[in-house]
Amino acid sequence: MLEHLVSSAVWKRTLLLALAVVMAVSLAACGAAEEPEEIEEPVVEEPVEVTNVILASTTSTEDSGLFGVLVPAFQDDYPQYRIDVVAVGTGQALEIGRNKDADVLLVHAKADEEQLVADGYGIERRDVMYNDFVIVGPDADPAGIAGGNDAAAALTAISEGGHTFVSRGDDSGTHKKELSLWSAAGIEPAGEWYLSIGQGMGDTLNMASESEAYTLADRGTYLAMKDRIDLVVVVEGDEALFNPYGVIVVTDANNHDGAQAFADWIVSPAGQDIIREFGVDTYGEPLFIPNAD
Amino acid sequence: MVFIEAVVTAVTLLLQGSAELWNVIATTFEVAITSTVAGVVLGAPMGFLMGATRFRGRRLAVALINTAMAIPPVVIGLVVMMTLSRQGPLGFMGLLYSKDAMSIAQTLISTPIIAGLIAAAVASVPYKLRLQARSLGASKLQEALLALKEARLGVIAAVAAGFGAVVRGVGAVMMVGGNIEGQTRVLTTAIVQESRKGEFGLALALGLILMTITFAMNGFLTWYQHSNERFDRS
Repeated sequence: MLEHLVSSAVWKRTLLLALAVVMAVSLAACGAAEEPEEIEEPVVEEPVEVTNVILASTTSTEDSGLFGVLVPAFQDDYPQYRIDVVAVGTGQALEIGRNKDADVLLVHAKADEEQLVADGYGIERRDVMYNDFVIVGPDADPAGIAGGNDAAAALTAISEGGHTFVSRGDDSGTHKKELSLWSAAGIEPAGEWYLSIGQGMGDTLNMASESEAYTLADRGTYLAMKDRIDLVVVVEGDEALFNPYGVIVVTDANNHDGAQAFADWIVSPAGQDIIREFGVDTYGEPLFIPNAD
Repeated sequence: MVFIEAVVTAVTLLLQGSAELWNVIATTFEVAITSTVAGVVLGAPMGFLMGATRFRGRRLAVALINTAMAIPPVVIGLVVMMTLSRQGPLGFMGLLYSKDAMSIAQTLISTPIIAGLIAAAVASVPYKLRLQARSLGASKLQEALLALKEARLGVIAAVAAGFGAVVRGVGAVMMVGGNIEGQTRVLTTAIVQESRKGEFGLALALGLILMTITFAMNGFLTWYQHSNERFDRS
């Protein structure tokens, strides 16, 4: 009994100590990690008040890692702003722009973006860059479409053969692009072969890979995931597969100056050069082609 | 084996202690603890009233609380998002996409769970005991505290359940926090993001870290509960 009490008391104390250590280490780590950034601050002569700019963009853009280089570079040039990236589906990004919950948008659904500006919710849409979509599928290529560059013909072959096609089904830019391709091919995609899953690009690629299906993917996400999935590019190069990105400053944005600064910067040579370089060292080719005026 | 890789990745991540990871862990803790404490402050009195007192509409209240426990977090997230949106009724506060917004949504999730479980725990305290306390001149508050103390095993379980619900939640915090790197990214939203990217090993490693945190928290609560029991027996 006594032994039990002693051991349980020791156990309790050890547990408490372990908890305390975990907390202390985590606090110390946070503190230590933030210090170097603070040391760099004195270079700025007068302390600037940092305001945050909410940038609504899409999950596929964030997952590509582009913001990981774009945002720090912008913040170096404009230390008074902190960019908070909220990555959601294109539909949601446009909606939070309409609600003024974001200050600036970087999305890829040109028609909807132009509509947003026409409705007065955005000041102006400017071209930033484009990437392209590819139709990917299993190596075995049951629909026999590999090597083509005609998206409509490929989709026709997939639907006529009843080969499984996984659709994002999430109202994202990629999903909208897919729907426009089906309608250009004159096909109403429905049936057991057509799986609409309402998830992001990565999930969609995973499911297509697991079920040996075809899907439409943006090249960036596909390249980033290529090594982990069993899918190959079967159709590419069709102009209908191009995917233009635009930047829009939200009308009456909460942080209008910051949003405007970011939009001006991303279409300037400074922003465009970073976009042109991004991904080259990892994939041997750029993921996005800058095309600002 | 992806599972072994995940364990190795988790340990490596913790040992390397990247600032980003610690920031995510700190945010996870901050939001989970804030919303659990707020859930106790709001839920404990509600639970006590429903479990220990008799009033008109009590059964309806219990049914409502039990229903609220089952509301999908993403629906709560949607409602909070629309409320905090600049076009919503509380838009002037500018809270959307902040830790505060996450804590608000998570409190709405933890409160009914804590209230419902405390109500059940307090209801099981013998009525005669409270009657006796009252006859000895206990005030209403003292009587309430006595009932809560008697039901402490259930109360602690309620707090643990509330903490568990918010620390593992993802739908609501994703919607109202936005998974902003360095600001509102928590372990669960990072897990969603990494699995979306196909980084299954990293996602699983983050899951293990989350489990470790929950285990530490529950270990603490169990220890606390035990130490109370021993104190009573001596």
